[in-house]
Amino acid sequence: MTGPDPLLVPAAPLAGDVDVPGAAAAAGEERAARTLTRSPWRRPLAVIGLVVIAAWVLIAVFAPALAPYDPLAQVAPKLLEPSAEHLFGTDNLGRDVLSRVLYGSRLSVPLALLLVVLATVVGTVLGAVAGYFGRWVDGGIMRLTDLVFAFPGIILAMAVTAALGAGLRNAVLALVIVTWPSYARVVRGLVLSTRESDHIQASRLLGASALRTLAVDVRPTVLGPVLVLSALDVGNAVLLLSGLSFLGLGARPPAPEWGAMVSAGAAVFDSWWVGLFPGLAILTVVLAFNFLGDTLRDALDPRTARALRG
Amino acid sequence: MSILTATGVEVTYPGSGRPVRAVAGVDLAVEPGEVLGLVGESGCGKSSLARALVGLVAPTAGTVVFDSQPVEALRRRARPVAQRRLQMVFQDPYSSLNARRRVGDQIADALRLAGGGGRRRAPAAVGALLERVGLDPAMQTRYPHEFSGGQRQRVAVARALAADPSVIVADEPISALDASAQAQVANLLVGLARTEGVAVVFISHDLAIVRQVADRTAVMYLGTVVEVGPTATLWEDPQHPYTRALIDAVPTPDGSGRLPADLPGDVPDPAAPPSGCRFHPRCPLVTPDCSSWEPVLRVQEPGHAAACILAPDRGAPDRSTTGVPS
Amino acid sequence: MTAPLLEVSGLRVRLPSRTGAMLPAVDGVDLTVHAGEVLGVAGESGSGKTMTALATLGLLPHGARTDGSIRLAGRELLTLSDKQLRSVRGREVAMVAQDPRTALHPMLSIERQLTEHLRHHHGVGRKAARDEAADLLDQVRIPDPRAALARYPHEFSGGMRQRIAIASALAARPSLLIADEPTTALDVTVQAGILRLLDRLRRERGLAVLIITHDLGVLSSIADRLVVMYAGRVVESGTTADVLASARHPYTHGLLDALPEGGSAAMRPIPGSPPALGAVPSGCPFHPRCASARDTCAADVPALLQIAPGRLSACPVDPYAPVREVVS
Repeated sequence: MTGPDPLLVPAAPLAGDVDVPGAAAAAGEERAARTLTRSPWRRPLAVIGLVVIAAWVLIAVFAPALAPYDPLAQVAPKLLEPSAEHLFGTDNLGRDVLSRVLYGSRLSVPLALLLVVLATVVGTVLGAVAGYFGRWVDGGIMRLTDLVFAFPGIILAMAVTAALGAGLRNAVLALVIVTWPSYARVVRGLVLSTRESDHIQASRLLGASALRTLAVDVRPTVLGPVLVLSALDVGNAVLLLSGLSFLGLGARPPAPEWGAMVSAGAAVFDSWWVGLFPGLAILTVVLAFNFLGDTLRDALDPRTARALRG
Repeated sequence: MSILTATGVEVTYPGSGRPVRAVAGVDLAVEPGEVLGLVGESGCGKSSLARALVGLVAPTAGTVVFDSQPVEALRRRARPVAQRRLQMVFQDPYSSLNARRRVGDQIADALRLAGGGGRRRAPAAVGALLERVGLDPAMQTRYPHEFSGGQRQRVAVARALAADPSVIVADEPISALDASAQAQVANLLVGLARTEGVAVVFISHDLAIVRQVADRTAVMYLGTVVEVGPTATLWEDPQHPYTRALIDAVPTPDGSGRLPADLPGDVPDPAAPPSGCRFHPRCPLVTPDCSSWEPVLRVQEPGHAAACILAPDRGAPDRSTTGVPS
Repeated sequence: MTAPLLEVSGLRVRLPSRTGAMLPAVDGVDLTVHAGEVLGVAGESGSGKTMTALATLGLLPHGARTDGSIRLAGRELLTLSDKQLRSVRGREVAMVAQDPRTALHPMLSIERQLTEHLRHHHGVGRKAARDEAADLLDQVRIPDPRAALARYPHEFSGGMRQRIAIASALAARPSLLIADEPTTALDVTVQAGILRLLDRLRRERGLAVLIITHDLGVLSSIADRLVVMYAGRVVESGTTADVLASARHPYTHGLLDALPEGGSAAMRPIPGSPPALGAVPSGCPFHPRCASARDTCAADVPALLQIAPGRLSACPVDPYAPVREVVS
């Protein structure tokens, strides 16, 4: 059959004898990859996201130099309003809120990233194993994901943290347990669908083992969507971690953790600055990662976007 | 001696309800260096048979023997080295190549798997393969989307050639291509058979092409081979009414304005095939016995067999003649 | 002779490239189709044949520019509003595309898709519409048409869906059917049935058909006249019998030579591939692939000249070349 007439053919970017116009129609996937590497930086939301993330990373690195006071020291009378001395005021123990917010980035951002990396690795490995081995292995892992999905994430994380004992390390562990299944599902689905594709079958016929095709042919297909999912999830992780700390299950006093600081602020509601500034910090980080993740998702082809939502 | 033989091959898929017997007992033999055409309407089981021949699906009954060794269905382990000389070319060259990797890397992979030299020799060897299929060796650094459909199919053939195949099973290799590309790819495959002795199983629903390229032709209907014989004989003097109907349905580009003949009815559901001869509900020559008597392939003349009540046995009652040419 | 039902003259379609340049996809095409006539358009992909069809339907991609004139039953289509065009598409012109997946709405039953036009545009009652729809399904050879009406597109195979798409195009009782590679994906047996159906409709109902395909066999069996297109231009036209039996243009020769002829001779494909949009060679667009090209071919665009009554060819090299022997 003949391909459609050249609706989609770019003017002349394909040099040489790329001659049958229909050929370009199949280039969608490749084009998505190119968009991913090039055009996101032209999108305003992605740029804002990147700038905010970069700013927080710099703040985390240079917090000791940037913070005007020791975040743990009582440097002033408690609950001072924002002033030139204390830009964000002081909290209920007389600590400088600005310094604590700046130092807080050293906890929230790296821990959220660690959490997402751990969940991605665990989920990807288990999902790939499920898709690759199939049968009872697949059944077992998928029932496990069902089990996790059956509970609201934060409730399950609370239960696990409570069982392991409150603390940031246990909070991260609990959240890994809550978040890996979504990666496992996506990866398993992609492995299953790619495994049946013609080019994998062709590799198998040429003598590649199933494991080798998984590494060479399936991996690139899986990486893009997983990357998007991870990027979208960092914001979520920051939120969940702060949430656990807010509930008193994560960071323990006097650690300057944003969620715990919002919690403290809620106790002294009239002194709005105690809770507002750490809350804004959470908001900016979550939004920044969501902007970035959304842009990545849009850049990938619609098929993968659908797979992610499903 | 035949390089590839199928004996009593059946392929059954578990369907919702009753299982679907896509291939219902096929005997076939492929000789070295020949082009065997396999034709039939969609749903006749020719693709399932192709997959069973190379081991992509496990036959539920029967055996496939390649180069004196039984073909094992693919599992997780790598395919035995001896069987890598049994290769396949798929219908859609857009999906049979990995869109994210350079074609040269994909062909080099195939060469490595075939044990063809180390990493350093790869570019030259890849280039040589591309030249064999009529492409510029310099194209190996390109990605699949930078090729036209016909060129991609040639890349797929080059990749199969990396395994130094003695049989290539080509499942509708040209039906996704433009007219002039069709001729180019068909000529390429036939050339491999003529000049390099590669046996080619050429599966297509386009009878005119098969008539052109195949030495022998097997006609499939609803999971069984109903007629097999030398292409010229089969075309001039078809013994099975289904073969005749297929041939008469091909429009000829002679400007005569003659409408192709119609074959009423549709291919029945393979999960519930008709009793007796599977073709009898659509057959223009149906007899009262056809619904109760299931015909087997019977020899018409050496190398030509048909499964029809109206084609009585004229040769030795030897089941192995099925598919073996004169 | 009566006035043609469809009269396309000087049609030019330009498509926007990524850089914003307008690239000619159709470059001055003239066509006529009379009621009850089947006009075949042949050519490789990229020849502009699909764009010509889409222009006729007012379905060109966003940003495309169209010049020239397309008259249906005397009415100029290019100046119609989108709304008026929709009504033309609903009542007078229907299209069958190559890909059956896009032709049918996945969420609507077959009955709904086949009877909607009849009921809304032709005021046919529910029961009569259902009868007519079932009859159409029967004609495109869907087994058990009554039961099929209640089903949804995904319940059918690709070949069946294409046949249903053809039925739904015919359900609007159009006076002109535009069919773009309608049978390319189908088995020859089904193809034969559909060609016979189209032939009967044009004789019984006076349906005019513009059929676009690269399959010269299909065109030979059903088309009264042939138009061969290359790189957005008509290079040869005439009655089907004339064009196929005595092709004048080297491109038409090339298409015929690429066909399997049943003998032992190998198919001789045209070397190279058709030019990409915006990369059309100077002069005669076919000259880089043409065996009989001369130096002058690269310089001047050859005019489409009448070489016999009703017979046009755009090759100045040897317009009265000896008639090609047909091998059948």
